[in-house]
Amino acid sequence: MYKVTIGLEVHCELESNSKVFSPAINGYTEAPNSHVAYQDLGFPGILPVANEEAVKRALKVSMAMNCKTPDEIIFDRKNYYYPDLPKGYQITQMTKPVGINGYVDIDVNGEIKRVDIHDTHLEEDTASLDHYDTYSLIDYNRSGIPLLETVTEPCLHSKEEALTFLETYRSLIVYCGVSEARSDKGQMRCDVNVSLSETEELGSKVEIKNINSFYNVGRAIDFEIERQTEILQNGGVVEQETRRLDDETGETFHMRSKVDAVDYKYFIEPNIAPTPVTDEMLEEIRKTIPMLQLDRKRKYMDEYGLSEYDAEVLVKVKEDSDFFQECVDAGADPKKACNWVTGMLMGYLNENEITIKDVPIKPVMIKELIDLVDNKTISSKQAKEVFECMIETGKEPNVIVKEKGMMQITDDNAIHDVVMEVLKENDEQARSYNPEKTRMIDFFVGQVMKKTRGKANPAKTMEMLREELANYNK
Amino acid sequence: MSYLDKSLEEIHKALKEGKVTSKELIEESLKRAHEYQEEINSFVTICDDAKEEDITDNVLSGIPYAAKDNLSTKGVLTTASSNILADYVPVFDATCIKKLKEAGAVMMGKTVMDELGMGGTGTTGHTGVVKNPWDVTRMTAGSSAGSAACVAKGIVPYALGTDTGDSIRKPAGYCGIVGFKPTYGLVSRWGLFAFASSLDHVGCLTRNVKDAAYVIDAIKGIDENDMTSINSFNIKLVDNYTTNVKGKKLFYIKELNDELKNSKEYYDNFMKTLDYAKACGMEVTEESIDEDILKGIYPSYMAISCAEATSNNSNLTGIPFGNRKEGRTPDEVMINTRTEGFSELIRRRFVIGSFILQKENQEKLFKNAQRIRRLIVDKITKLFEKYDGLIMPNSDSIAPHFGETNDVMSDKYLLFAENLAIGNFGGFPSITIPSGIVDDMPVAINITGPIKSDSEVINIAAALEEKIGFVPLNVKEEK
Repeated sequence: MYKVTIGLEVHCELESNSKVFSPAINGYTEAPNSHVAYQDLGFPGILPVANEEAVKRALKVSMAMNCKTPDEIIFDRKNYYYPDLPKGYQITQMTKPVGINGYVDIDVNGEIKRVDIHDTHLEEDTASLDHYDTYSLIDYNRSGIPLLETVTEPCLHSKEEALTFLETYRSLIVYCGVSEARSDKGQMRCDVNVSLSETEELGSKVEIKNINSFYNVGRAIDFEIERQTEILQNGGVVEQETRRLDDETGETFHMRSKVDAVDYKYFIEPNIAPTPVTDEMLEEIRKTIPMLQLDRKRKYMDEYGLSEYDAEVLVKVKEDSDFFQECVDAGADPKKACNWVTGMLMGYLNENEITIKDVPIKPVMIKELIDLVDNKTISSKQAKEVFECMIETGKEPNVIVKEKGMMQITDDNAIHDVVMEVLKENDEQARSYNPEKTRMIDFFVGQVMKKTRGKANPAKTMEMLREELANYNK
Repeated sequence: MSYLDKSLEEIHKALKEGKVTSKELIEESLKRAHEYQEEINSFVTICDDAKEEDITDNVLSGIPYAAKDNLSTKGVLTTASSNILADYVPVFDATCIKKLKEAGAVMMGKTVMDELGMGGTGTTGHTGVVKNPWDVTRMTAGSSAGSAACVAKGIVPYALGTDTGDSIRKPAGYCGIVGFKPTYGLVSRWGLFAFASSLDHVGCLTRNVKDAAYVIDAIKGIDENDMTSINSFNIKLVDNYTTNVKGKKLFYIKELNDELKNSKEYYDNFMKTLDYAKACGMEVTEESIDEDILKGIYPSYMAISCAEATSNNSNLTGIPFGNRKEGRTPDEVMINTRTEGFSELIRRRFVIGSFILQKENQEKLFKNAQRIRRLIVDKITKLFEKYDGLIMPNSDSIAPHFGETNDVMSDKYLLFAENLAIGNFGGFPSITIPSGIVDDMPVAINITGPIKSDSEVINIAAALEEKIGFVPLNVKEEK
């Protein structure tokens, strides 16, 4: 078989108040051409102003990927003509990207693999085109939206590795809070390079451009491996070229050959004065980078002894993981907290199709709830009732327990009185008590619970009943 | 003599005293614009609906001015003298235009230029050739051709221009007026149709040095729309204006002077100006600069400006705006629009610019040009540690006759072809003033100083102006 080598170029739109070089709103809207400033149309006389917020977000991702950051922020022009490019050039970064030579660790079926990052750079998005039979429409809303392009080294060797990297990268972006990174909203797009080789040397690079979902990345890779394998097996030579994926069929088609490669005539954008990147600035940004998905998963398994499955469920959404961590930080037992969060809490969220931000519950409440069960104030069955009330109302568990009169009777004398009462009332059964028959004792427990309206501590009740029943027939 | 022919201070005083009204000035200005249009062709657009403004304490209030047609003016046709923008009406004002509006100045017209600012003859605008008011068989030079012509002719007291290599100063010199390009970033470039962004400046053309101080004071300032604009709150040209420049030190470049010796009259004029400088109490010293560096100015200016220009003008595709030519595909639309929209000279520059930026040529052509630029700037900056300014002949000739020169690039090393670009390379403040008459035509000298020494440059020029006592054309004609 041939060795498959894959490299990825991932474009992700960044969130920011305004566009990356213009004051227009960076936000989703249904109305075409409504978030448009003079700069986004390339009018004569416009000048770009670099968006500091977007630069910082790009640096944040760069640092989260362990990249080397530049000493100053500068931009370059990438010159080419296309109807969706109003200035006739795209402002991007070539000379000094926000990050170079980084890495991202990914977990491929339990194996940790290090994916080398060639660079990550900030640029502006183009306008979007809609083609019709006899005309095309241009929507400039997308023109100038900040775009972060991350380029991996050709170091991935299977579809699975490529897709795992993409998922990990998406989670990194989301964990960093710089984008929703949703491909269904067009926020993430991808170019894939695939080459096959019999030796260690890389084969001819085939690039498949502008793939709009991870699913399609997988299809493109599958198709290319098959296509190139066939060529090589028949003694052919794979042509270095750029291809596109047909979403309908999952097949790739020739776009242009290497000889037609565009010379983008890069040069440094003269309108943006260089801004120094200071250590203080980097330190400020570093403080805002959270622990990432894979690190959290490892921590949950290694430190908290959670199962891989539970750890994975917990880290899937950063907010859930943050919530769980706060429970633990508040003093809750990790395993018990995990049970509450992955069980009752996520169940509720999934059922109602909401997120953790939508419910009034706080991590410290989970800790309190666990305590109430641990010190036998309430039973675990009651705890579920408390939880349901808690998630609806946001009331603290103690308050709910009091309001509902759920406080268990833990006073030994009080329970003893009821136990004796029950035995007296059921003299016949008590006399025929046989410790072998567990159903019998359940009957008495049930009677005690009935009298105390469930408040008697079940464990204590059981213990006392056993003792008294043993004595009863002596 | 009409108040229109006087200095800004004099006009302002007359307005304040009610001797003339803003309305009368504007009417007179519009009348002259129409009257001389056929003769000198300085305007693309004459704003007949220009309205008078209240007279405030701002010296510019109520007084008409003209702006070069590459400055974005909201609601007023702005063509950059190119067919590709023949119908383009901007939706926003350039910062300098906005600031003049706020000062109460009245824009009465947009002036003809060399197409898109590229060219130095004033003959390539899409509405025709601009003629020199001193002698209509001669050119004004460019690219701020119409701005120079209309100020010299007395249509307006001042005009805005832009300067990438010498586009304000060269025509100012040929038309016997003052041309000032301040420090890079002092005036925002927002709304200036970019030619070569790293070299482009907004400046002004006036009939005396103090007027230039008033205009630049009004339009300068840091601008949130221009990241290269600079904070200049401590640069106050009018407040610090003085003709007492005793003790200031000037240098002139030996190699340029040697070259000038070939044309005795210009040389004599320049030497006389140096005598005036000494008479003002300034020290004047000769400095030698490696001729190879000087020879590098013209080719490196061409390389950098063409490269930046080809990119800057890539927005002119006819797609979002502009004079669109139809085609079957978007590519065809862009190709047809650009082919028909640009003159041959412009296309030639774009081809050169593209060639220079090509991957395989960048290192040799573009990067080397930038290195030469850096060498020149470093050399001049080093000299500015010892001197307050560089004094140069503005040109080695008077305005040429039409046909004597064109904008086809030369393959020779021409020392005087682009000597004023030193000011653009370094972003230095640079002012040109008339220094006398040769063959009935004005000749000029240029003062260039260190970054942010705009006040000193203005004052040195003002002191020389006083000594030279040049009589502008409009005043001469009135007499």
